[in-house]
Amino acid sequence: MKISTLRNNLRDYGLLISLIVIIGFFQIVTNGILLQPLNLTNLILQNSYIVVMALGMLLVIVAGHIDLSVGAASGFIGGLAAILMVHYEWSVTLTIIVALLVGMLIGAIQGWFVAYARIPSFIVTLAGMLVFKGSALALLQGQSIGPFPLAFQSISTGFLPDPFGGKDIRVFSLIIGVVLAGIFVGIDWHQRFKAQMHGLNKEPTALFAVRNFLFAAIIIYLAWQLSTYKGLPTVLILMGVLILFYQFIAGRTVIGRRIYALGGNEKAARLSGIDTSRLIFLTFANMGLLAAVAGIIFAARLNTATPKAGNGFELDVIAACFIGGASASGGVGRVIGAVIGAFIMGVMNNGMSILGIGIDYQQVIKGLVLLAAVFFDVYNRNRSQFG
Amino acid sequence: MAQEPILSMRNISKSFPGVQALDNVNLTVYKSEIHAIVGENGAGKSTLMKVLSGVYPYGQYEGEIHFEGKLQRFEDIRDSEAQGIIIIHQELALVPMLSIAENIFLGHELAKAGIIDWHTAYVRAQELLNRVGLKELPSAIVGRLGIGKQQLVEIAKALAKRVRLLILDEPTASLNETDSEALLRLLLELKAHDITCILISHKLNEVMQVADRITILRDGTTIETLNCAETLVKEDHIIRGMVGRDIQHRYPQRRPKIGEVIFEVRNWRVYHEQYVDYEVIKGVSFNVRRGEIVGIAGLMGSGRTELAMSLFGHAYGRRINGQVFIDGREVNVSTIGDAIRHGLAYVTEDRKGWGLILEQEIRKNVTLANLPKVSQRGVIDENSEAKVAQGFRESLRIRCSSIEQFVVNLSGGNQQKVLLSKWLFTQPSLLILDEPTRGIDVGAKYDIYTIIDGLAAEGKGILLISSEMPELLGMCDRIYVMSEGQFVAELPRSEASQERIMHAIVSSVQS
Ligand SMILES: Nc1ncnc2c1ncn2[C@@H]1O[C@H](COP(=O)(O)OP(=O)(O)OP(=O)(O)O)[C@@H](O)[C@H]1O
Ligand SMILES: [Mg+2]
Repeated sequence: MKISTLRNNLRDYGLLISLIVIIGFFQIVTNGILLQPLNLTNLILQNSYIVVMALGMLLVIVAGHIDLSVGAASGFIGGLAAILMVHYEWSVTLTIIVALLVGMLIGAIQGWFVAYARIPSFIVTLAGMLVFKGSALALLQGQSIGPFPLAFQSISTGFLPDPFGGKDIRVFSLIIGVVLAGIFVGIDWHQRFKAQMHGLNKEPTALFAVRNFLFAAIIIYLAWQLSTYKGLPTVLILMGVLILFYQFIAGRTVIGRRIYALGGNEKAARLSGIDTSRLIFLTFANMGLLAAVAGIIFAARLNTATPKAGNGFELDVIAACFIGGASASGGVGRVIGAVIGAFIMGVMNNGMSILGIGIDYQQVIKGLVLLAAVFFDVYNRNRSQFG
Repeated sequence: MAQEPILSMRNISKSFPGVQALDNVNLTVYKSEIHAIVGENGAGKSTLMKVLSGVYPYGQYEGEIHFEGKLQRFEDIRDSEAQGIIIIHQELALVPMLSIAENIFLGHELAKAGIIDWHTAYVRAQELLNRVGLKELPSAIVGRLGIGKQQLVEIAKALAKRVRLLILDEPTASLNETDSEALLRLLLELKAHDITCILISHKLNEVMQVADRITILRDGTTIETLNCAETLVKEDHIIRGMVGRDIQHRYPQRRPKIGEVIFEVRNWRVYHEQYVDYEVIKGVSFNVRRGEIVGIAGLMGSGRTELAMSLFGHAYGRRINGQVFIDGREVNVSTIGDAIRHGLAYVTEDRKGWGLILEQEIRKNVTLANLPKVSQRGVIDENSEAKVAQGFRESLRIRCSSIEQFVVNLSGGNQQKVLLSKWLFTQPSLLILDEPTRGIDVGAKYDIYTIIDGLAAEGKGILLISSEMPELLGMCDRIYVMSEGQFVAELPRSEASQERIMHAIVSSVQS
């Protein structure tokens, strides 16, 4: 009994532990460069667009589908924003609004074909990928376009201002980190309390305490590291808000529950009165919107739009979801898993680059990690079913 | 008869997280007997058979299995099959797209150097089909056969292997009476050919008809083994052993208070989903009154499920037309959402395919069709959701470790109760039940009948589709008889009988 509870809990946190182990590993082999304030900031910026798209992709995968077009779509949106701002001199706000709308439209059109025309999403979005890749090339006429107005750049290069005017350390950013850690522990404590009231609690107290202490310590440590550089990046805040939002949608709302039901058994969901076609449509429209957000972040970070932007992003995004425990047959997956999955990929990218490992071997290693992660997940699942 | 044991399972225990499914179970089966295992839903019957057949390999259970005099330690199903133990699971395991012959030899194809010898395969398949009495060509596609015939294909598949002990887990649950009869006759014939059988069934009359001995399980323990040859075994005795208490009546004492018409259908026509020119429902009209339980009798394939599903938000069929009235007003039920909003609920006969989200918790399955009820502004209140699920768990006596258990891990009967809970939670005014007690034990059946009766007493209308005639006769105030997409008779309770129903069906087919 004891061992099996430990094993169940380990399975729940296995992913997070893997992330921590991977971070630890690269921290050591890079002689501490990985978590240096400058690099840490970079790591977050480099990953933000993958994380953002992984949020949408997770819902798509849970609904039992896939979207291969997100990389191309985000590149196309970056190009579109660049043309509007640089050639047509639209204001930053208007550009962003239009870019987001176009992203949503892209998702909606693909969603329509999947949901109402009942064409497999693999095919629809494969077509979409070609179309948007080509459109981005045509739009930019093979050129890079930039630079952008400062306001646009600051989406990716901005940091949280420090009203306390700290010199070596951004006090405000640090405070936010501490508060965040507090909130995290508070929520977890509250949930444990509620679970206990319903007699559903399965986690031993010691594990609970150690876990919370560790998490809080890690959050505060990261916040402290970032504060000694320029403070919390704006993108991190945006990302944090989006993660919380989608976590909430997936876990707590009616629409989230219905997406899981749809992926688990579409016929049963339909017979329960759920408009499954509309739900699929919405999931894809949402994915398009998030691809647009990612496209904007990416363009702002490079300060140019290039025809190559977004190439291959879909692979990292999809890999993040599967590493995070999503099931390819739908119905299973967690937002937080996808986020951790994205960071596992990100830390590996970053760490291997610091070590000077060539792009060739980087890909080989990433591929193997994806396979290993899913293998252990499947293996564990089978064991717990029969054990 | 020299009673020599072929199988003895000794002190078998097996637990899952939170459930002790088997607790020191003993089972002895003699050579060439038909040994029935009965017990409530979740008593552990299927689990015991999975232990026996190596689905749960040696090491995952405690106790010993002796088969043909030797201690066996099966690592997987192949091991047990090699010894001649063949199991036909509760859920059929045929590949619907393949032919009968392909299915029969799936996994042990008649091949030389990897090349399948189709000629021999077809000849052998034909022999096996003759043996089980199935009049189909070996090349027929399995998915196009009815469930009864598929069941026979499963048996043919078992006979293709060297079978010493054949295990059938609820083989007749979804068969109609004629098909069940045929199957039971086949078992007796196999017995004459020295094949030992273990039969799991909730249909006690069938069990008593064919079994030589009966072992009763309750809560994962063996209660007793009855020898039908020695003593006259009474059904009440078995039931008491299964449920641990006396059950006085099979059906609740109904005092129907029938009111005005709550649901009426006029001239309902539905065409087939694939063969668009084929009319499945040919102008059906009927009504249900408040407080009334209305039955629909008919053979498999007579269109009862198609009728129900097409009424329920056009979930089945094409080119549907006809009128639906609820409380005297014509309503539009062309989407399932509309149907639910108008107070319709449909409990499907296909709980795995159309009913449940197997890889989800009981709690989530129960509330799925009425999420707004447990949420505010689109946010689910998990506490009230848990309360709802807990309530149904208690009132329907769903046997589970907690409401957080995945539905896939429940026994068949308990899955059915979860499905029923889901639709009761929508608080319908007309509840359509399609084979609601399929695979359910006697005690739970009574529970479900009581619930149905309670709903009727509250003034709701009930439409009960069932292939079990005693159930229709025991519960319904009025019975429509359906045949080939039409209603061919309407019998009030006082006039209804098994003979009359059969007579109506037969004469409609002849004319
Ligand atoms: N894989 C599993 N994980 C957890 N619990 C399980 C699993 N399989 C079975 N159980 C539990 O073990 C018990 C026995 O189940 P089993 O399927 O053997 O019942 P049964 O007697 O065949 O019932 P039925 O007549 O409804 O088919 C049930 O309480 C069930 O919930
Ligand atoms: Mg069973």
